[in-house]
Amino acid sequence: MKTLIRGGRVIDPANGIDDVLDVLLESGEVAALAKSIGAPDAEVIDASGQVVAPGFVDLHVHLRTPGQEHKETIATGTRAAVAGGFTTICCMPNTDPPIHDRSVAELVLSQARAAGFAKVIPLAAVSPSLKHETLTEMADLKAAGCAAVSDDGKAIQSSSFLRRILEYASMLDLPVVLHCEDYGLSEGGAMNEGYQSTVLGLKGMPREAEEVGIMRAILLAKCTGAHVHFCHVSTAYGVEMIRRAKAEGVRVTAEATPHHFSLTDEDVGRQNYDTNTKMVPPLRTADDVAALVEGLKEGTIDGIATDHAPHATEDKEVEYDQAAFGIVGLETALGVTLKYLVEPGHVSLSDAVAMLTCRPAAALKLSAGTLTPESAADVVVFNPTQKWTVDPGKFHSRGRNTPYARCKLLGVVSHTLVDGRTVHTHPAT
Amino acid sequence: MNLNRKDVIALQDMSAEEINLCLDTADSMRDVLKRPVPKVPALQGKRVVTLFYEPSTRTRTSFEAAAKALSADVVNITTSASSIVKGETLKDTIYNLKAIGMDALIMRHPMGGAPNWAARVFTGSVLNAGDGMHEHPSQGLLDLLTIRQHKGRIDGMKVAIIGDIRHSRVARSDAWGMTKLGAEVRFVGPPTLMPVEVEKMGVKVTPDLREGIDGVDVVYTLRIQLERQQGGLFPSIREYAELFGMNSERMKWAADDALLMHPGPINRGIELSSELADSPRSVILDQVTNGVAVRMALLFLLLTGPDHALPEPEVN
Repeated sequence: MKTLIRGGRVIDPANGIDDVLDVLLESGEVAALAKSIGAPDAEVIDASGQVVAPGFVDLHVHLRTPGQEHKETIATGTRAAVAGGFTTICCMPNTDPPIHDRSVAELVLSQARAAGFAKVIPLAAVSPSLKHETLTEMADLKAAGCAAVSDDGKAIQSSSFLRRILEYASMLDLPVVLHCEDYGLSEGGAMNEGYQSTVLGLKGMPREAEEVGIMRAILLAKCTGAHVHFCHVSTAYGVEMIRRAKAEGVRVTAEATPHHFSLTDEDVGRQNYDTNTKMVPPLRTADDVAALVEGLKEGTIDGIATDHAPHATEDKEVEYDQAAFGIVGLETALGVTLKYLVEPGHVSLSDAVAMLTCRPAAALKLSAGTLTPESAADVVVFNPTQKWTVDPGKFHSRGRNTPYARCKLLGVVSHTLVDGRTVHTHPAT
Repeated sequence: MNLNRKDVIALQDMSAEEINLCLDTADSMRDVLKRPVPKVPALQGKRVVTLFYEPSTRTRTSFEAAAKALSADVVNITTSASSIVKGETLKDTIYNLKAIGMDALIMRHPMGGAPNWAARVFTGSVLNAGDGMHEHPSQGLLDLLTIRQHKGRIDGMKVAIIGDIRHSRVARSDAWGMTKLGAEVRFVGPPTLMPVEVEKMGVKVTPDLREGIDGVDVVYTLRIQLERQQGGLFPSIREYAELFGMNSERMKWAADDALLMHPGPINRGIELSSELADSPRSVILDQVTNGVAVRMALLFLLLTGPDHALPEPEVN
């Protein structure tokens, strides 16, 4: 089976390509990129006026399966992913049961294959049942297809346990993906600690709760030689610590979410305590947003990841203090990135594509995020200037919990292909 | 003249004009309360419900007395004797009250922002009777009324608010209301009981009691919750009283004719000496009386005003 994507602006940052080209896909692989490819037997996608890029890579997705299928299933989550242009997503292990042994990893992988939308790469729990007492069988989990281990969902509090994880994972060359949060400092908090929490009368989560964790992990990465990947960095000083660690040669990588580089804690009050502004780490301040943008520009932050965290309506339609943490992100990530990074001129369109493709893929050494010939034919076609209004009722995800409802975003995905198969087309095209 | 709003949730979002309208109306209501039969038919046929998720004697009774003085029908719901103990969510409670058809919902809740949420779905007026650490607007207004009653003005007054500012919705509402009307507000307390970046509200912050109350026209002490000591926020009642407790001797640091205020209930001998609480400087009981007048004013202004459309409905 052949597909010819004709006449689009092809952006493949891994190969330094940003040019109007045809892309030929054949047998599930990228076959050729060239001006005017003749392929009479191919199915043609007219991409003129659109961007053709490698399918996006999301290092941070909660698929909620097994155990919380009312929030998301692997089918709905991966369908949402391809609607947002993502063709490879890493799913977090804080399911019920957690992805803490081969059987759960295989369950996730088999459901993802059956769904046939985005490719799923599980991240494994660091400890059975997320108890943080003993280690998971990391070698077996790696063999089963897990790309890393992670404590996301329940941050490791014990420094000695963290050290053991880093030591053991380093033997297997498995990245350790950390959610940095000192619960002693953040306990009971519902939003960023600062003037806004003071005025709104909500308990704050100080930035130091996250930064203490980042500093500790940098020190332990240095002493163990392990690769630490930082989830959802949200503070200016967090970016600064990672910048210095990288300069010193410590093996650290990092991600930032679209909501942390586009919204601030002022949105909590502005949106009148809308619980869709509640997540961990919390929305911070304008200075933090500026530092994240700078970190993304210079590469201190390796890539954009959504921390897609679907919840049921009843988990969010409660008092702010009681609402679940987290928002969905797969179907708004491109729109937020284009509106808040590209349109204001912070980064070029090509750099934005890199932050969604080859850069995150490289952070966790995933073979994805490029249109290099013979690589998998995972491709997204999108119109980067088309405006659209977010309507959560139209999400493919089961989660409707977004702070961008009714917002005008930029960039509509018209086609998403996985292994050469068209798995998403925009209804209007 | 009426308040051009559906709800009263926070003094932060009220203008000086709106606040003055409430105070002027409350002055009239205070006259009503002095009549031999302190009752007028202004809100006859209006249905008012009080929904209290926290224990309260003063505020709930005060609102009920205010509504009854205006001839409204009042229903009281307390969380211990309602479907809330059966696990009903706030959402369902509000939807049910809306379906029953109430004109005003007076709500107290331990979590900041709960009345904001209620106001988005409840058709009638929502009056915030205190939400978590956020605001307590009727208390803020009755404090302003009490200062104005005794000092003739708010503009130019210096007010020191002493104690657990961090957890106090009263301190926040007072600070918004007083600064909007031109008073200087100082927050006095240890850093462990001070919310972060609070000076951005336009108040001065100091941990030094003497400096804080130097020359002020109003000394406003807050109730210290004894459980804060268990939380490690201050070492002992003894040391707290030593550093921040008010007594007649320390009252001399303030202006000669300074008022002493307290939102109640008082911990005698801790934040406030009995002698000072019962002294002529104390206007604590005037605050309570003014509370009824202010709440009458709020109910009157909200329930006799033009009908307001609900804000844009939620998409989800």
